[in-house]
Amino acid sequence: MENLIGLLVAVPLLGAAILLTGGRRLDRIGHWLGTILAAVSFGIGAVLFFDMLGKSGEDRAMYSHLFSWVPVGGFQADIGFQLDQLSMTFVLLISGVGTLIHIYSIGYMEHDERRRRFFGYLNLFVAAMLLLVIADNYFLLYVGWEGVGLASYLLIGFWQNKPSAATAAKKAFLVNRVGDVGLSIAIMLMFTTFGTFSFQPVLAHAGDASEGKLTAIGLMLLLAACGKSAQVPLQSWLGDAMEGPTPVSALIHAATMVTAGVYLITRSGAIFNGAPDAQVAVVTVGAVTLLFGAIVGCAKDDIKKALAGSTMSQIGYMIMAAGLGPIGYVFAIMHLVTHGFFKAGLFLGAGSVMHGMNDEVDMRKYGGLRTYMPVTFITFGLGYLAIIGFPGLSGFFSKDKIIEAAFAKGGTEGWILGGAALLGAAITAFYMTRVMLMTFFGEKRWEADAEGHEPHPHESPKSMTIPMIVLAFGSVFAGGLFSLNSSFLKWLEPVTGHEEGHSPLSATTVTAGTMVVLVIGVALAWLMYGRRAVPAVAPRGSLLTRAARRDLLQDDFNHVVLVRGGEHLTRSLVYLDHSLVDGAVNGTAAGVGGLSGRMRKLQNGYVRSYAVSMLGGTAVLIAATLLMRAV
Amino acid sequence: MNPVNYLYLAALLFTIGAAGVLIRRNAIIVFMCVELMLNACNLAFVTFSRMHGNLDGQIIAFFTMVVAAAEVVVGLAIIVTMFRSRHSASVDDANLMKL
Repeated sequence: MENLIGLLVAVPLLGAAILLTGGRRLDRIGHWLGTILAAVSFGIGAVLFFDMLGKSGEDRAMYSHLFSWVPVGGFQADIGFQLDQLSMTFVLLISGVGTLIHIYSIGYMEHDERRRRFFGYLNLFVAAMLLLVIADNYFLLYVGWEGVGLASYLLIGFWQNKPSAATAAKKAFLVNRVGDVGLSIAIMLMFTTFGTFSFQPVLAHAGDASEGKLTAIGLMLLLAACGKSAQVPLQSWLGDAMEGPTPVSALIHAATMVTAGVYLITRSGAIFNGAPDAQVAVVTVGAVTLLFGAIVGCAKDDIKKALAGSTMSQIGYMIMAAGLGPIGYVFAIMHLVTHGFFKAGLFLGAGSVMHGMNDEVDMRKYGGLRTYMPVTFITFGLGYLAIIGFPGLSGFFSKDKIIEAAFAKGGTEGWILGGAALLGAAITAFYMTRVMLMTFFGEKRWEADAEGHEPHPHESPKSMTIPMIVLAFGSVFAGGLFSLNSSFLKWLEPVTGHEEGHSPLSATTVTAGTMVVLVIGVALAWLMYGRRAVPAVAPRGSLLTRAARRDLLQDDFNHVVLVRGGEHLTRSLVYLDHSLVDGAVNGTAAGVGGLSGRMRKLQNGYVRSYAVSMLGGTAVLIAATLLMRAV
Repeated sequence: MNPVNYLYLAALLFTIGAAGVLIRRNAIIVFMCVELMLNACNLAFVTFSRMHGNLDGQIIAFFTMVVAAAEVVVGLAIIVTMFRSRHSASVDDANLMKL
């Protein structure tokens, strides 16, 4: 069984290699090949999963050591895999949702002449993400981490003839680099602290290291997670990443990429448990981001960007839960899985709407689409109910647990975090209802574009609707299934550990509170966008709305602080270089030149001058000798 | 007669010779001044030999004469060659090596 682990990565990687090097001969079958290989990877994952189920909790982890990659003295980097319950959860999510998105893309990218290449990149993305989650050491994890960054760059900039897409891809790549630096520093710190970077020894000995070192490692891991998971302050790439084709957005937001940060923090739980300061930083980042993303999501008229704000916010929930320590790890991952279902479903639904509306993304030009696209409407609607936490659906179970855990943190911190989580739930209900109402309800607001093509909304082909239906099932039932007998908790507990929190509020109170804010959010959205007609042109809006439309000024902040600051820094460095460094060099040269010009005059070519110097020198020597004698 | 007077004479002759080397331009005169300095040294050697009562100074004086004779041959040859090529015996005119 252990030998199968490597195949999880090898199969989609092989697909990427074939598709990207095969050339035009593969154009006709490329998309099928890519989809089948992704499905094979999922099949292997399922086989391993059932094998794992047959064992008892503690013995479920499987290890597979392939070969020693960099054996240099005390530095030992191996290609080895570790498949435990945490990795298994991710493997199933990545390959499962990934496969569905592959199927969806067959229809969505049908008219794109570079479809084969697109599937090659998708396979590469899945392979890199799988490598990230099944690596048994941080070094190999880093390889997958970078692979994910590369694949996201290629896919966000897939329509590279659009300058906006090319810029967005570069932006995503650069912002991710900042996080990657954090990860590489964390790995170096681990090596100096523990002498290794394999999960098992590092996590087993995390308790032996000093708290200062653990805090440093934890903060660097958090920086890495911020980059990949689009958390404040490295969140700015996520909105622009919507320039990529919609299946890519679904893949980035649901299965791969943004979940990597949550995985990293949960996997490194032992380190964070020993570094309370780092944990405070994690929950702060999570809480700030969950509100930040939610506020941005409220103001966007672009359906994909509204969903992107929502992803940022939901990942904020997960990061916050992971920062809570053993009371939150399991729920972070549980929310991650349920989120994977409904967010993928929502994005695929958005893609289906765009497909029927001539690629229009402005929700103010939608309206009343429920009669034209019934399947999309129902699947999107179920995803919507799941994300706002409608009782009985997936999001209800997972988000509720996170809010409970936040209150259970205890003290003032618990109240602040719990309050932020509740507020986030209210805003989530608001903006998702807004998306729903503006897209599927109300009067139709679309009109002919500049060339006179009026959109003819229509339901998408089967290849697109079937994945949406499957994901809708996940959105509805996953949460309940995981909560039945606390099955998900029991499944993950041997890996992440779990402690029951002691919440000042009872579980029923929290649930009731969540329901109240949910109703308030939905009602507010209905008052603003359901009862009144939505204007086809966005109103000016309040100051906050306008700021949120500009992503709460994140780019302006980056521009003023980082770009301008960087420019000033480089300019002053150039000035210093010219004045100080060059000045010293040129000054020395000029000084030596001037001095030698004067010295040259001594060499006048007259023999008698030389004779004088010889005579003078001799006289001085004799005088000195006599003086020394006298003394 | 007090031998120290010979030393004074030697110093005087050496100074005259040195001054001649430093201020005269004619190569022949300069050359003669060099000879004067050499002979001033010889006089000092002989005087010291007499004062200390050993022969070392006298022997060195002979060496100096031999070397001076050889030097005169070479030096005069150079001066004559220089005069032939440049029609001048001034030491200041010989400045080909100057930058």
